[in-house]
Amino acid sequence: MKGVLRELIGLFVDDGALALEICGIVALSALLATASPKTLLLAGTVLAMGCPVVLVLNTLSAARERRNVRKGGDPI
Amino acid sequence: MNLAWPIVTAAFLASLVEAVEALTIVLAVVTIRGWRPAAIGLFAGLCALSGLVVLFGPALDQIPVHLLQFIIGVLLLLFGLRWLRKAILRAAGLIALHDEEAAFAAETSQLQGLVDRSEARLDRIASLTAFKAVLLEGLEVIFVVIALGTGKGMFASAAAGAIAACSLVLLLGLAIHRPLARVPENALKFIVGVLLSAFGVFWTGEALGIAWPGSDFAIIAFALVFFGAGCVAVVLARRPDQRASA
Repeated sequence: MKGVLRELIGLFVDDGALALEICGIVALSALLATASPKTLLLAGTVLAMGCPVVLVLNTLSAARERRNVRKGGDPI
Repeated sequence: MNLAWPIVTAAFLASLVEAVEALTIVLAVVTIRGWRPAAIGLFAGLCALSGLVVLFGPALDQIPVHLLQFIIGVLLLLFGLRWLRKAILRAAGLIALHDEEAAFAAETSQLQGLVDRSEARLDRIASLTAFKAVLLEGLEVIFVVIALGTGKGMFASAAAGAIAACSLVLLLGLAIHRPLARVPENALKFIVGVLLSAFGVFWTGEALGIAWPGSDFAIIAFALVFFGAGCVAVVLARRPDQRASA
């Protein structure tokens, strides 16, 4: 049962940092969307552009860590 | 019945990947212990999934649409970007490609290693292995169907895509009795990650009251942005290795 639960959470959270960054983008976008109707467009831009940017940055950071591990160095 | 083809396609591709993974494990059980424990595990897994849908499905109607769209949108973002990230790292050669032949061999040898158990216990373990595979991969399929169908009440389209993919994989599995190793799983995961992330942005935004320019066509623009970002990430993630080898 524990294994099933772990796998269920794993469906959405593989890398904790990526999950946190996505939640951060969504939270910022929600804040802007609820602040004023004038900031709705900005909220949309943050959401639509923030997610791909977070994806690229997080993936490149993971790639760097993996290469360091391969070379036998410090992963961070 | 009017089907929304982008939803059908996204559900079909996502379910295809999950069904192939479940089939690999069920076939490993068939190879080691025969059809009976595999069929019991498969049937029990499908019953458990149906039970979950019957139990929790009506509860979805009780949640306000905007809240449901927001939750599903965020979960789609987490799910889709997780797939996309993994597909990028695989395409860049930084993590091993998912190999159905290798997964099949690993599952087979794990089951073969349990030789000191009684026959009845072995069959139980084999059934449980098939059950767990069907349940876990099936849950992902159900999530995709709910997530893609919830946004604009397009359950029929999402379910049609998922049923078509699962039926296709089941028929192919019955016909060839081997893991479907030739399915380009990483490319599929990359595309599905792009599509699910695009739907995730769209529905999260809609739930927040953002009126996307172009309405539903904005999904295509988001998909193109995620596809571009993914391709850039693959190229950038590969680059230092190429410099080192030059």
